[in-house]
Amino acid sequence: MATPGPIDWAAVIADPRFQTLHRRKSRFLWGLMAFSVAYYFALPIGAAYFQDLFKIKVWGVLNVGLLFALSEFLVAWAIALYYSHVANTEFDRLASAIAADYVNPPEA
Amino acid sequence: MTTLIKQGVRVAGLAALAFAALPAHAEASAAGQYRWLTFSVFAAVILMTMYITFLAARRVKSAADFYTAGGGISGLQNGWAIAGDYLSAASFLGIAGLISLYGYDGFMYSVGWLVAYITVLLLIAEPCRNIGKYTLADILAYRNDPRKTRVVGALSVITVSTFYLTAQMVGGGVLVKTLIGIDYEVSVVAVGVLMLGYVLFGGMVATTWVQIIKAVLLVAASVVIVMLVWTPYGFSLPAFMADVVGDAKVQAQVAKLLGDPAKAMSAAELGQRFLEPGLYFKAPVDQISLGMALVFGTAGLPHILMRFFTVPTAQQARKSVVWAMAIIGGFYVLTLFLGFGAAKLVGPANIAAVDAGGNMAGPLLAQYIGGGADSFAGNFMLAFVSAVAFATIVAVVAGLVLAAASAMAHDLWVGVVHGGETVPPREQVRAARIATVLVGATAIVIGIAAKGQNVAVLVALAFAVAASANFPCVLLTLYWKRCNTTGIVAGMIVGTTVAVGLTLVSPNLTYPQLVRAASAKVLAAEPAKRAAIADALASGDAARIAKATKEATALDKAVKKAADDVQKVAGKETSFVGLEKPLFELKNPGIFSIPLGFLAVILGSLLGRDKRSEDMWDEVYARQNTGILASKSTAH
Repeated sequence: MATPGPIDWAAVIADPRFQTLHRRKSRFLWGLMAFSVAYYFALPIGAAYFQDLFKIKVWGVLNVGLLFALSEFLVAWAIALYYSHVANTEFDRLASAIAADYVNPPEA
Repeated sequence: MTTLIKQGVRVAGLAALAFAALPAHAEASAAGQYRWLTFSVFAAVILMTMYITFLAARRVKSAADFYTAGGGISGLQNGWAIAGDYLSAASFLGIAGLISLYGYDGFMYSVGWLVAYITVLLLIAEPCRNIGKYTLADILAYRNDPRKTRVVGALSVITVSTFYLTAQMVGGGVLVKTLIGIDYEVSVVAVGVLMLGYVLFGGMVATTWVQIIKAVLLVAASVVIVMLVWTPYGFSLPAFMADVVGDAKVQAQVAKLLGDPAKAMSAAELGQRFLEPGLYFKAPVDQISLGMALVFGTAGLPHILMRFFTVPTAQQARKSVVWAMAIIGGFYVLTLFLGFGAAKLVGPANIAAVDAGGNMAGPLLAQYIGGGADSFAGNFMLAFVSAVAFATIVAVVAGLVLAAASAMAHDLWVGVVHGGETVPPREQVRAARIATVLVGATAIVIGIAAKGQNVAVLVALAFAVAASANFPCVLLTLYWKRCNTTGIVAGMIVGTTVAVGLTLVSPNLTYPQLVRAASAKVLAAEPAKRAAIADALASGDAARIAKATKEATALDKAVKKAADDVQKVAGKETSFVGLEKPLFELKNPGIFSIPLGFLAVILGSLLGRDKRSEDMWDEVYARQNTGILASKSTAH
């Protein structure tokens, strides 16, 4: 499929497979980003305005606030692993299929 | 209770012993007979990194080798290097210190430093790897006017790096002085010269390995200390925390922080309060503003962005952020034990006595856990942590100098001065080395000149500019079709100016009239307090006398501090920029400057037209998503 000469970028963009990649990726990335920002800012907002909630003891002397702060770490790691799983399995496959069709062989 | 008090007395006694054995300017370094140990551990760490630089130097032939290690770093290696680049002395010693002094708020502060990497992972790392070459401005110049965007991009990178660099040099100088007892000027020069050696000869290859070694040593040291702290509790988190809140030293610290309201609280309530918010952060909006600067600023830090050009593919860039998040996050979870462990074992008052900001919490805990100031193991642990702290400063400074030097040599000299012409590789490397020497020498000079200055504001400023100028420009040029040169230039100028401007009129600066007013208040209240203390002393009641004696010591300190403060601002009426009081009440400008930065890019792009920015959109967007030609851009 590869043709000599410069890459036709407009054709890459117009490729339905690229459009699929773009759509799935945009929805996934911005959704995940919005969730992580909301989850993060819940911590300083809670610490400032919901102190009575944060002070409730849950596990021995550990209170809601401390466990919530610890959960931030788990959630951040979970987001990172979830994203890389989806990117490794889905986005990379789509991207490399498109790339293979448009890149010129090095010595062509 | 009594054992705890005895323990506290023992620590204080040992600490006093250690200090007495040292020259007058040293504050927390190893006792005299153990200094050889400190120097041996330092020498071992420095020799190891020098050997790697020696090996790396032979591999640096082209500009790509110098700036990005030829794109030959693996994802796992880069993950460790990012952690090494990011965990500055401020974050690694500072956060453990904040937790040891203020409990919950310190730990909450650490969360933002990790969450920042989600932004980097989801939006920035892979597109930058696919589009960029050596610098942040490469990304901007790809679709916009190369000359204009390189100038504004490079200036912003140099601004951010210089702020951060100055903070690191000054903080590092103080730290090394405190830890090993050499003069401030000597430590600044030592950090600067060693860093220059690594960067100049080994470029990005050596810088990367210095960062990796430092991150591995840091994590190893922390794991060992945490194991020793946590083992007695059978690795139970509630048992450990229960012991922390039940500690008399911790309860005394909370009582001190709360002041009058603490008088009505029981010991158990005071201890529990250490795990509740509000002991450090008083202004919620400021806290949220700081969170914004962290979460969006990290993605705009030039020395972090640069790390993504060192890996061969977007997949490796992704892998490196995931590893970095595991290491950085893991480290901050460990700081929970380092901080609370130091509070319980060493005691907040003893930590603050050595360094008011709590920076010595980690090193003092290491010494305590090893067996104390008169034991071999204790001093070995202290020496090891000190060497790691030193390696940390050098590693972070090396990354920053490389980022600033690449902006000068690659963007300004090759890109703007020689715009369009091809510069031979040999000459590019030479330009990079000259820029490195310039930046490094400047860092040493500024570091010495800024001795004794309050540099914490500079770290806040670096993050604020990165979040308000660099981040909107990079993000919108990658993801927004309408973005163009006018928008980038406007965003860089507005973001930087607003962030710097608001900081200059914020409470971060010293306002002589306010300082005098506060001191006058302390001094005016002194006679009444003295009279009350005299009454108590004359009362004959043992408890009242003991309390009054303590109050007298505290009062002496407060009065001395007030007098010192007045002395410091003598003859001055206004702050550095000529203000009598802050115009802007937040310490961190992010909540205003970040939206304004975005607004400037958007308005600039809508008002200006640029055919190149429009024509190149297809290419930029296709490339950043597919990685087509990505390897070619490193091959140069």
